[in-house]
Amino acid sequence: MSVLLEFRDVEASYGGAIAALHGVSLSLAEGEFAALLGANGAGKTTLLKAASNLLPAERGRISAGHILFDGQDVTAHDPGDHLRRGLVPVLEGRRCFKNLTIEENLITGAIGRGLRRTSIAQGLEQVYDLFPRLKERRKVAAGLTSGGEQQMAAIGRGLMARPRLFVLDEPSMGLAPLVVTEIFEALTRLNVETGLTLLVAEQNSAVALKHAHNATVIENGRSVLQGRAADLAARSDIRDSYLGGASV
Amino acid sequence: MDWFELLFAAEVAVGGLLSGVMYALVAIGFVLIYKTSGVLNFAQGAMVLFAALTFVNLVERGVPFWVSVAVTLAAMTALGFGIERTVLRPLANRSPMTLFMATLGLSYVIEGAAQLIWGTQVHRLDLGISNAPFEVWGIFISTFDLVAAAIAAALVAALTAFFRFTHTGLAFRAVADDQFAALAVGLRLDRIWATVWAAAGVVALVAGLLWGARLGVQFSLSLIVLKALPVLVLGGFDSILGAIVAGLVIGATEKLAEVYIGPFFGGGIEGWFAYAVALIVLLVRPSGLFGQKRVERY
Ligand SMILES: Nc1ncnc2c1ncn2[C@@H]1O[C@H](COP(=O)(O)OP(=O)(O)OP(=O)(O)O)[C@@H](O)[C@H]1O
Ligand SMILES: [Mg+2]
Repeated sequence: MSVLLEFRDVEASYGGAIAALHGVSLSLAEGEFAALLGANGAGKTTLLKAASNLLPAERGRISAGHILFDGQDVTAHDPGDHLRRGLVPVLEGRRCFKNLTIEENLITGAIGRGLRRTSIAQGLEQVYDLFPRLKERRKVAAGLTSGGEQQMAAIGRGLMARPRLFVLDEPSMGLAPLVVTEIFEALTRLNVETGLTLLVAEQNSAVALKHAHNATVIENGRSVLQGRAADLAARSDIRDSYLGGASV
Repeated sequence: MDWFELLFAAEVAVGGLLSGVMYALVAIGFVLIYKTSGVLNFAQGAMVLFAALTFVNLVERGVPFWVSVAVTLAAMTALGFGIERTVLRPLANRSPMTLFMATLGLSYVIEGAAQLIWGTQVHRLDLGISNAPFEVWGIFISTFDLVAAAIAAALVAALTAFFRFTHTGLAFRAVADDQFAALAVGLRLDRIWATVWAAAGVVALVAGLLWGARLGVQFSLSLIVLKALPVLVLGGFDSILGAIVAGLVIGATEKLAEVYIGPFFGGGIEGWFAYAVALIVLLVRPSGLFGQKRVERY
C-alpha cells in the first residue's frame, strides 16, 4: 500500500527556543487507522499541527527533518491548501465556532474545501447519517451543545471537507465513556466503509488501541515505540512506563 | 415640566438620536474589522474623509452623481484591498498594539494622500436631500437627518443580510469566532480580511457622504473617529448591534446633557460628555453593553 503521510526525524520548536519534538518518525499507509499515544506534553498536538503546517500560526516551526503528505513537503503549502488536497485536521479541544449553529459549523468545513451547494447538501446528509444527534441539534448554537455533540460537530465539520487523511487530536478529551465509544465506532465505520485513512492522537490508550490497526508511542518529543495495536495492548508494561499507567 | 418643555425635550432627544445614527455608522466600520482581525482600525476616520473628498471632487468636476458614487465605491474597495495586502498581511500574528500603531500611521498616510490628490479647501456637499424640518405631533424633525437615518438603516440591513445568508458572510462569522479554527478549516483568511476592509470602505463612503453633507467636507471630518471611540466603548468593540444602540444612546444623551446640564458647566459639554459616559462604562462593564466577554480557554 502506498504511503500517504510520512514523518522523518521531525524536530520542532516554538518561538525559536522551546523545543517540543526531538525526532519523531512515523509513516502512514493509505487506508490505515493509526493511533498516536503519549502522556501530557509528549508532543502529540505539535506533531499533528506540524503535519497541516499549522505551527507557524502559533509561532512554531519544524527545525529539522521532513513531513511528506502524498509525497510533498508540507511546509511548502498553507493549511488550507493541505485541506483542499485532502489532509483534514480536527483540532484538540474541538474548537467549534461557538456562536454558529451546528449546521453552520458543518457548512464552514465545506466552504473551506471550496464545495458548491449541492455537494454541501450531500455532505450534510452523510454527517447526519453518521451522527443522528447532530441533526436534532442542527439549529442550536454550538457553544450551547454538550461536549460530545461539539466533538461530533468538529468531526462532522472535518468530514464535510471530504478528507483522504483525517487527523484527529484527542477526540475523547473530557467525554463520557459511552460517547467516546460512539465516536470511535463512527471513526472505525468510516475507515472500514470508505477506506478513510486515520491518524488519531490519544491519551486514552485503551480505546485507541482497541480501534486502531497500528500505534506509535511518543515520549518527550521522541517516538519510542511502534507496532500493531493489538500487540501493544497486550503488553501491560508499556502502559505503565509510557502512558502514565492509564487504566483500561 | 409643562407640555411645551416636554415637547422641547423630545425634540432635542430626537435630534440627538438622529445624529447618533451617524456615530453608529462610523462605529460599525470599526466593528467589522475588529471582529474579524482583532485590529482597532484608527484609520477608519481617514477613510471616511478620503471617501467624502473623492466624491465631492468628482462631482465638482462635473461627473454625474451616480457615476461619482460608483467610482468612489470602487476607490474605497481598492483602498481596502490595498491596505489588507500591504499593511495587514505582512503584520499578521503581531501584537494588537503593533497593529493599532500601524493603522494610526496609516490614517496619516491616507490623510496626506487625500490632501495631495484633492487639496485642502473646504467643500460643500449637496446630496439633494431637503434640509427643511417637518412637524410630527408638535416636534420638529430635520428631513435630512431622517433620510440619513433611513440610508444608514438600509446599509445595516444589507450588511446583516450579507453576513446571515451568504457563504462569505458565514466564513466571516467563523473567523470572528475562532481565527485559528478557521485557518485549520481552510477558510481563506486573507480573502475574508480583504472583503471586510472593502466593506469598511463602503461604510466609510456612506458615513463620509452623510457627514460631509451635514458639516461640509473638510479635514476635521477624519476626527469623527473621536466620536466613534466612546460609542465603541459603550457598545462593545465586537458588536454591530452594540454600535447602533450605543450610537443612539450617546447621540441622544449628549444633546440632552448639553441642554439640561450644560448651563451648570457653562455649556460646551457636548464635546466631552460621551467620553465621561465611556469612562463610567469602562469602570462598570469593560466589555461594553453588548460586547462578548472573553471566555477563558479551559
Ligand atoms: N504554542 C506553544 N508555545 C510554546 N510551547 C508550546 C506550545 N504548544 C505546546 N508547547 C510545548 O510543547 C510541548 C509539547 O506539547 P503538545 O501540546 O504537543 O503535547 P501533547 O502531547 O499534545 O500534550 P497533551 O496530551 O497535554 O495535549 C510541551 O512541552 C508544551 O509545553
Ligand atoms: Mg495535545
